[in-house]
Amino acid sequence: MVHGEAWTIKDLFVLPNEYVYWSIQIVMYPYMTGLVAGAFVLSSLYHVFGVEKLKNIARFALVFSFALLPVAMMPLLLHLQQPFRGIHVLMTPHFTSAISAFGIVFMTYACIVAAEIWFVYRRFIVETLLRLEQKSSRSAGESILLLIYKLLSLGVRDIGAEALEADHKAVKLLAGVGIPVACFLHGYAGFIFGSVKANALWMTPLMPVIFICSAVVSGIALCIVSYYVFMEIRKWAARRGKNYLLPDAIAHGSAAVDYHHLRSVQDHEVKMTSKYLLIFMTLALTLEMLDMIFRGYTAVKSWDALRMVIYEHDFVKIFILQYGIGNLLPFIMLLIPGITVRRAAAASLLVLFGVLMMRWNVVIGGQAFSLTFAGYMHYHLPIIPHDMETFKEGLAGALTVIATPFVIFYFLNMILPAFMEENSPSH
Amino acid sequence: MKRRDFLKSTAVFVSGAALSLSALDILEPGEVLAANPELRWGFLVDTYKCVGCGFCVKACKLENEIPLEANVTRTWVERYIMTKDGQVLMDTPKGALNGFTTKLIDQNADGMKKVADEEIAQAFFVPKLCNHCTVPACVQVCPVGATYQTADGAVLVDRTWCIGCGYCIMGCPYGVRFFHPVEHVADKCTFCYHRISNGGNTACAQACPFGARRIGNLRDPRDPVARAVLHQRVGILRDEYGTKPNVYYIGLNEEVR
Repeated sequence: MVHGEAWTIKDLFVLPNEYVYWSIQIVMYPYMTGLVAGAFVLSSLYHVFGVEKLKNIARFALVFSFALLPVAMMPLLLHLQQPFRGIHVLMTPHFTSAISAFGIVFMTYACIVAAEIWFVYRRFIVETLLRLEQKSSRSAGESILLLIYKLLSLGVRDIGAEALEADHKAVKLLAGVGIPVACFLHGYAGFIFGSVKANALWMTPLMPVIFICSAVVSGIALCIVSYYVFMEIRKWAARRGKNYLLPDAIAHGSAAVDYHHLRSVQDHEVKMTSKYLLIFMTLALTLEMLDMIFRGYTAVKSWDALRMVIYEHDFVKIFILQYGIGNLLPFIMLLIPGITVRRAAAASLLVLFGVLMMRWNVVIGGQAFSLTFAGYMHYHLPIIPHDMETFKEGLAGALTVIATPFVIFYFLNMILPAFMEENSPSH
Repeated sequence: MKRRDFLKSTAVFVSGAALSLSALDILEPGEVLAANPELRWGFLVDTYKCVGCGFCVKACKLENEIPLEANVTRTWVERYIMTKDGQVLMDTPKGALNGFTTKLIDQNADGMKKVADEEIAQAFFVPKLCNHCTVPACVQVCPVGATYQTADGAVLVDRTWCIGCGYCIMGCPYGVRFFHPVEHVADKCTFCYHRISNGGNTACAQACPFGARRIGNLRDPRDPVARAVLHQRVGILRDEYGTKPNVYYIGLNEEVR
């Protein structure tokens, strides 16, 4: 069995070596990277542009973006035929390749996000550290936390007004630098596809820009959905005292969680953020449409094959699922006046689905026709894995990738409470 | 010695040593020979001579240890059938490993297609292999430099360094690359580099009973391949990609892509 044979069905004249080589994990890669970049841009809206109304969700988005970070690499490693050699990309980067920049861009971005989180949470880290140190008897969990906070504080314990002001400036600077880097991170993911001259569907200079816009859209949508869901869980748990669902309460006592307050915060943040979602959606949709119209209008040699893929083979995936359910429907939902939290969250969920379909249609759709333009390939996602390959490159692998950030976020939330609110007008 | 001084001296020593060591480039005789500007490997395919027997495909698979039954191949043969009403039908069953044993045209999921003899305007075979491009897209996109170009123009894959990302497979406009089913790295035709660099012939050219495939030195005006490229009307595949292929075809037409 050759790699790709398990999920590719060839139709008409296809070259012997042609398969859908880039399957579900390569759909997941730009999707997850987009979520990272989008969540960061959302958090920067508050830090850089001072959108006060987004204060609480900005903090959440920043921590969530950090939880998503390791997951951006995961699909790539799962996809590699030689995963243990993945490190070569960092060790012997071949700079004419778009992928070789990944290590550098990704690491730079990770450092920026980590540094920004450190500055945002420094005061909290130091305060908790002091609080735990003053305790006469500590539980095992508290001792571990104390050790973690000691490491995290990097030995800096100054929380005077001047130091906090410096933190504040640093956060602003990092968020400011972070926006172009986040855009670069995802723009370059678009470049990976856009620069493949052998692929008629991918090759367009618009690809990086389309990727950036859809990334911001998906990141904001994910923040709305997860913020809504997490707040619902927190409200439910706060009422019933189920602390295992409140990792920060486990770590720092349950005083921080109050039901009515949670509700008002959730309401306000979700509604505000959905307005920003609309703005970016308009931009993303315009660009995608422009690309499609342009292809049809110029109708170069490859257009016959592309038209077949776009209007016939993938019609449902592109026009019904991606544009209809994933774009138009949530667009209308968000535009109808009197938006409720639930409606905003539902619309965001549809947007998330729409962006996933967009990634699917680009990655899989780009491989749906033969290089000869005389044949087609149909991709069948392996649902039930029967070996390592169909696990990694199947539904199970994709679900693993989707679930991971939430697991990371749960534990990250114990150390850096993403839902923490500060009364002082700081970060 | 203070720590600062120690670090300073270390930095000076390392940079000095690195400079002098870089001057000591050890020359491999093979490298020198390959860098010879009078050698540039090229290939000539005469489609008028090809009968679609598939001997070249089988020879290649045996020589280069590509599993016979695996549905990937370093070289393959395509069959083109043009009907009188302007239809073009093409197929390559199993890359023509066993040649073309039936008149039925293999359309994969669309089944086998039958064309009556009297409907056929023309039909011919086209062997395909890696073009060992002068500007190879695969080398450009390899993120770790595992795919590289030798000084005499062959494009090869370092099996110990390939990470198996598939970017080169995506980047190649000719579909000649695949994942080796046993080695799990990118694989492709090498012009039988291990043979030609020792004065031998490629396995496919040697196996071809009709002289439809020939390897040669494009820089040698007396070489039969170079002479054919110079004096006959030859074509290359998909020049719009700017890859500047080095496999030349006699008897191409518009339908062959």
